[in-house]
Amino acid sequence: MTTPLAVETTGLSRRYGRRWALSDVSLGVETGAVVMLAGRNGSGKSTLLRVLATALRPDHGTAKVAGHDVRHEREAIRRKVALLAHQSFLYEALTARENLRVAASFLGKDAEADLIARVGLAGRADDPVASFSAGMRKRLALARVLLQDASVVLLDEPYGELDPPGFDLLDSTIVELRARGATVIMATHLVERGRRLCDRALLLEDGRLAWSGAAAAMPTTAQGGE
Amino acid sequence: MSPLGAALRKDLLLQWRTRAQFVAVFVFGASALLLFSFASGPDSGALRQHAAGFLWLGLLLSSTLALADSFESEMAQRALEGLLLLPADARALYYGKAIANVLQLTLLGAGLVPLMVVLYDVSTARVPALLGVIFLGAAGLSAPGTLYSAMTAQLRARNTLLPLLLFPLVVPALLGAVKATALLLLGDPMGQLGSWVSLLVAFDLVYWSLCGLLFERVVED
Amino acid sequence: MGNKPWPFVVAGFGLLLLAWGTIWGLAFAPKEIYMGDVQRIMYVHVPTAWNTMLVLTFAFACAVVSLLRGGWGWDARLEASVEAGVVMSILVCMQGSLWARPTWGVWWDWDPRLTTTAVLVFAFGGILALRQFVDDPVKRAVWSAVAVVIAYVDVPLVYFSVRWWNSLHQVQSTPNTVSRAFHWPLRINAFGVLFLMIGVIALRARVAFLRRESELAPPRPSAPAVAAGAGGVR
Repeated sequence: MTTPLAVETTGLSRRYGRRWALSDVSLGVETGAVVMLAGRNGSGKSTLLRVLATALRPDHGTAKVAGHDVRHEREAIRRKVALLAHQSFLYEALTARENLRVAASFLGKDAEADLIARVGLAGRADDPVASFSAGMRKRLALARVLLQDASVVLLDEPYGELDPPGFDLLDSTIVELRARGATVIMATHLVERGRRLCDRALLLEDGRLAWSGAAAAMPTTAQGGE
Repeated sequence: MSPLGAALRKDLLLQWRTRAQFVAVFVFGASALLLFSFASGPDSGALRQHAAGFLWLGLLLSSTLALADSFESEMAQRALEGLLLLPADARALYYGKAIANVLQLTLLGAGLVPLMVVLYDVSTARVPALLGVIFLGAAGLSAPGTLYSAMTAQLRARNTLLPLLLFPLVVPALLGAVKATALLLLGDPMGQLGSWVSLLVAFDLVYWSLCGLLFERVVED
Repeated sequence: MGNKPWPFVVAGFGLLLLAWGTIWGLAFAPKEIYMGDVQRIMYVHVPTAWNTMLVLTFAFACAVVSLLRGGWGWDARLEASVEAGVVMSILVCMQGSLWARPTWGVWWDWDPRLTTTAVLVFAFGGILALRQFVDDPVKRAVWSAVAVVIAYVDVPLVYFSVRWWNSLHQVQSTPNTVSRAFHWPLRINAFGVLFLMIGVIALRARVAFLRRESELAPPRPSAPAVAAGAGGVR
């Protein structure tokens, strides 16, 4: 049974020392929605995604992802959520193929042979990640996310290091995820792109939720985006 | 594949890929042994008496380098966090890393033995027993060492903090290993080897269980 | 954490007891037959040693509670008791040295208990150093609690290993038995140090707690209701 809300938070707060990175954030995301998470640098986008992925614990408030509580049911959430973060989660000393194999071994499945080709790294599958450019690392990290076959996919500024073909790869991936029924939350500065791909949008300002609504109606002035 | 198997495979693969670093650590250990003999003087009697101590001091110093290295690759791109989020069991990740570290330290110790034989003029016929003692001592260093390495890898002064935290802790393992090694090298007329080995085993059992339990608190938020 | 003055009262009482027991021990207690006046350091040394283990055991208890339940109070108490434990361990080692020099002619006799205490100085001192280098208060609390548990469990292992190690050599050790005439100053001082330490640790824990409060951001007022656009997102 799929819950109607893939993500649900109430009064979610998280601090770093003296600074509140997230402050009293209450939101809900329907299952199957594709949501753009916008906001200036330091507005709390990454923190929110990391809390939802259970990489961080909230200091106050509650959050439920795929029907599970982020504080008490972390393992259940992790089985259903995949995070594409700023750090690649990759082992620099291992090859692309080996990195995927390591991830697959913990997921209890075999690494799909075509994933590397799908992200455009077929020719470099057996090269160590240390020799990869930032964009290539991003592609491999995306492959790792796809391997997880998650129902909630969290993307933290995925367009960051990618080249234009990479942009198209990401766009088509998001379309595929939507077709699969996955819920996608994407933090991005590329507001125009987000408007095209996403149904809904959330705007964070200084750790607080400043605006939520249809992606098409998202105010550009609020965050000085593209 | 079990989570422990997956973790061990990952760590052994990483160690194999970074074997150049292992060579560097070995050379460090070897030069330490050489320096000890200079510091001690060319009196072969004294060198023989202290051979076991020098071997284990050299291994202890090298272990801080090896242990610190073992978490560098995990923290650089947050790979360890990435695994935890898959999800992967933190305990499996700990034991995989700790076992890989024991094997590496045992290899290091075994590699330093020929150097010890040459520099300090000692030897033993009981080679399997010596390797066994090296293994147990390495296990004693690895259990708390892996946990503290995971902790200090996330901090600024990691190179100072790891030995600072580890050295006082492993005193019992060090004493046991040095004594047992000395008895194997110089003779054991009163049959004390058993009690020192028991001390090592007790230390290993306590810390392999305790650190496995506590590891999650060190790597999770 | 409270503001009440009870720690001052307890510490003051402890100091009085300590003064009483020390003066009695130094000036009025009978001279020991073999060692003479040098032995009088036992009136300070033994109580300090007993209380060191007590304080470190309290630190261990704080660590366990801190790991199981959390809460800044327990972390503050842990910081205070580890600090007190390190200071007392250093004192024990210094006292032991002062005793060893005139007695055995060496500054250090590898007595198992004294040697274990020396290892404790480094083990728990290292934990204080660790706390200095962790910026995030939550991580600091969890990690130092983990470190205290690991270090405390080591204490019996260190003690036994040093005892076996030392037993192969000479048998120099601090006197175990103290005859009846010496009991009272010893007991008084033991309680003196105990009360003094309880007061000091309570005060030091308050300082630590206040520091934590200044490190962490105060809770912010609730956000006003957000302007919701078209549905799908609340």
